[in-house]
Amino acid sequence: MNKAHTSDHLPKSSLVPPRPMDLSEKPLLQVRSVSKYYGRRVGCEDISFDLWPGEVLAIVGESGSGKTTLLDCISTRMTPTSGMVNYRMRDGTMREVFRLGEAEKRFLMRTDWGFVHQNPADGLRMTVSAGANVGERLMAIGKRHYGDIRETAADWLEQVEIARDRIDDQPRAFSGGMRQRLQIARNLVTGPRLVFMDEPTGGLDVSVQARLLDLLRGLVAELGLAAIVVTHDLAVARLLSHRMVVMKEGRVIETGLTDRVLDDPQAPYTQLLISSILQV
Amino acid sequence: MTSATLHDIEAQQGAIADYNFAYLDEQTKRMIRRAILKGIAIPGYQVPFASREMPMPYGWGTGGVQVTASIIGPDDTLKVIDQGADDTTNAVSIRAFFARMAKVRTTTHTAEATVIQTRHRIPEEPLHEGQVIVFQVPIPEPLRFLEPRETETRKMHAVEDYGLMHVKLYEDIAQKGHIATNYAYPVKVKGRYIMDPSPTPKFDNPKMHRSEALQLYGAGREMRIYAIPPYTDVVSLDFEDYPFEIQHFEEPCALCGGTDVFLDEVILDDQGGRMFVCSDSDYCEDRRAHGHRGSLSPDILDGASADGDKEGTEA
Amino acid sequence: MPDTISSIVKTTPVLMTDVAKNFVMHLRGSVTIPVVSGVNFALRAGECAVLGGPSGVGKSSILKMIYGNYSADCGQIMVAYRDTMIDIAKAEPRTVLAIRRETVGYVSQFLRAMPRVPALDVAAEALVGQGEGLAEARLKAGEMLARLNLPETLWQLPPATFSGGEQQRVNIARGFLTDHPVLLLDEPTASLDAANRAVVIDLIREKKKKGVAMLGIFHDEDVREQIADAIIDVAHFAERAKRKGQSQGAMVGRPLELT
Repeated sequence: MNKAHTSDHLPKSSLVPPRPMDLSEKPLLQVRSVSKYYGRRVGCEDISFDLWPGEVLAIVGESGSGKTTLLDCISTRMTPTSGMVNYRMRDGTMREVFRLGEAEKRFLMRTDWGFVHQNPADGLRMTVSAGANVGERLMAIGKRHYGDIRETAADWLEQVEIARDRIDDQPRAFSGGMRQRLQIARNLVTGPRLVFMDEPTGGLDVSVQARLLDLLRGLVAELGLAAIVVTHDLAVARLLSHRMVVMKEGRVIETGLTDRVLDDPQAPYTQLLISSILQV
Repeated sequence: MTSATLHDIEAQQGAIADYNFAYLDEQTKRMIRRAILKGIAIPGYQVPFASREMPMPYGWGTGGVQVTASIIGPDDTLKVIDQGADDTTNAVSIRAFFARMAKVRTTTHTAEATVIQTRHRIPEEPLHEGQVIVFQVPIPEPLRFLEPRETETRKMHAVEDYGLMHVKLYEDIAQKGHIATNYAYPVKVKGRYIMDPSPTPKFDNPKMHRSEALQLYGAGREMRIYAIPPYTDVVSLDFEDYPFEIQHFEEPCALCGGTDVFLDEVILDDQGGRMFVCSDSDYCEDRRAHGHRGSLSPDILDGASADGDKEGTEA
Repeated sequence: MPDTISSIVKTTPVLMTDVAKNFVMHLRGSVTIPVVSGVNFALRAGECAVLGGPSGVGKSSILKMIYGNYSADCGQIMVAYRDTMIDIAKAEPRTVLAIRRETVGYVSQFLRAMPRVPALDVAAEALVGQGEGLAEARLKAGEMLARLNLPETLWQLPPATFSGGEQQRVNIARGFLTDHPVLLLDEPTASLDAANRAVVIDLIREKKKKGVAMLGIFHDEDVREQIADAIIDVAHFAERAKRKGQSQGAMVGRPLELT
């Protein structure tokens, strides 16, 4: 009777079986006492946490709280003043990311890691086609079959709800939401295990934002991705993340399960932040 | 000095002014030779060098001239070509420069030359061991138009981060159905560095592969030298399903009937008349000297049959 | 010893010992509001315990502490997970999530759903979370929504625009579909009509038969009488919290951490 209501004509759903959870699993990423100073000014100070496979961590805080600095430090886009970041490579070994050679680091960043920028123009090549944007990471890891690369790129466009026939269009011709989805496809095509996102829904209309969040949630669950999402939007944190870190003036104010932090905030600053949310 | 010309000074002194052999001073030559040796040691790697001001403008082959000046000796025989021809302005003036500054023998015959300086072509006649071919390079960086930051492209070379190069080829196929890059077609040298072969037609790329001759590249304005030692693997980038292909010409050379050579289009009149002739002028002349004829050779026009025709006469 | 633990896991999947909870309102001069103190009780498999006491006495807070949604200031909240008991008050976030996935289900008072996700998928979500296939989960979700008399025309719409009763039914479907051994029910019948209340009562009875331990808040006397196996008087815990709070009065101005 409800056949018509099942999978057949539904839009892509965020409803996917989550990655099996194994509490004996080892962390994917360890952040230890990471500090970054800009001269005498504190970017972020003494930050430590672990991230497990398949876990989504939100870093929230107001502008200037140091959340983007922290993200840049962990993702090696910036070198911290002190501290350590360890990452479990695909072979199971734990490596200190700042001690990786440049070639190893680049390989890691274009295979096992992804980085989704707030402004898609920072993460895309605006003057090459959507297909090439998605295909670039494949070509970088040695894929040399044009037909295969194109087919994979088209599949990914579909996954992020961009029509296959837009494959030869440049992102310049795309809307903000499409660009952001293209950026996500470009990052996910190599099957990364860890994705960094800097305000992934920032600057998008609310309806576009909802669609993107739904898409991200589904992809993260489906692919078992671990992610670190920087956002100032607590609603985004609630929808996307399992765990939350609240930052202020470069320091961690509070951390914990996302709904626990949001529903029972302990620190004065967190209470202030949450009480400042506009209710619809 | 006000009214004195170089000619007057030469006349007074009975010789040209005291220029060092081949114009450059010996210290500069040593510096350039070091860069060349390093380039040979790391095939395809762009070696920075302190490019000198030359008595000709940038874009006229100052990089190639400095390389040639640093390797040429009194016993060498020099050939200079521009777009395959020995008789174009650039070729003529560089040849005259070395004839005067190094007093070396010059030739237009590929086989006779020990050093060949070239702009935009590799001669049709296979080069042989002992020969050196010096390329004039305008932009040595193959990644330049994809990534404008030199700091970044140097890193990309260092860590073999070459995905971007294929992005360019991908875009060609996506837009035009085939790889549309016809000149300066990127190559991978000895399985490591991606290199710009200078604006030679891709037709010449296969000649670079395992060439018997030493290939040297000089970019004066950009201050880079790079090299391919003899017998080095040079592979043109491509996709498995869109393999590298060279240009094919429908008709043979109109003057010598040569096929499998790179042809230039020559406009004959205002009515759209045109012909295709060998870009390599020495090769074309040599064939004609050996009796080969094309469809527009004067005697063919008088009634004899050309090489391209079925009853072509073989000399 | 392992025998004892595994039998506790099976018979008494939730065990609260000396649990206390205060709210510290930092935005109001760090005033401490005592909620409950000395909470001691156990939930038995196959039984439905009901939290009693007037509004605002801290019933929801107890449910939320068991779900790991509220922190506890002291005490132990042991919850069955696989073949052991874990103190959810001190568990790592990922452990709490694992417990929620496998052990503790929750029917909240208000629906908080993902934008754009249709009601059918909202209902099916927790089931998919337990590893059920998407098609099968949707089928079961549809059956459950039908049983709760939610019009089929609504199934493909996101529930954000639904009425309170409709949202609640989506929520109930979502919570009752799974086979969690512990189920927390936060006023599941509050905005339902008599017919749907009866459905919920049936659902609770079925869960009991399956050996599920339930803890609920029901303001409806009639419902409470039909399903409650035990009543836990929360007013008692709240009274203790207030008395403790008064004794803290001597320490006015001292930070809470000192107590």
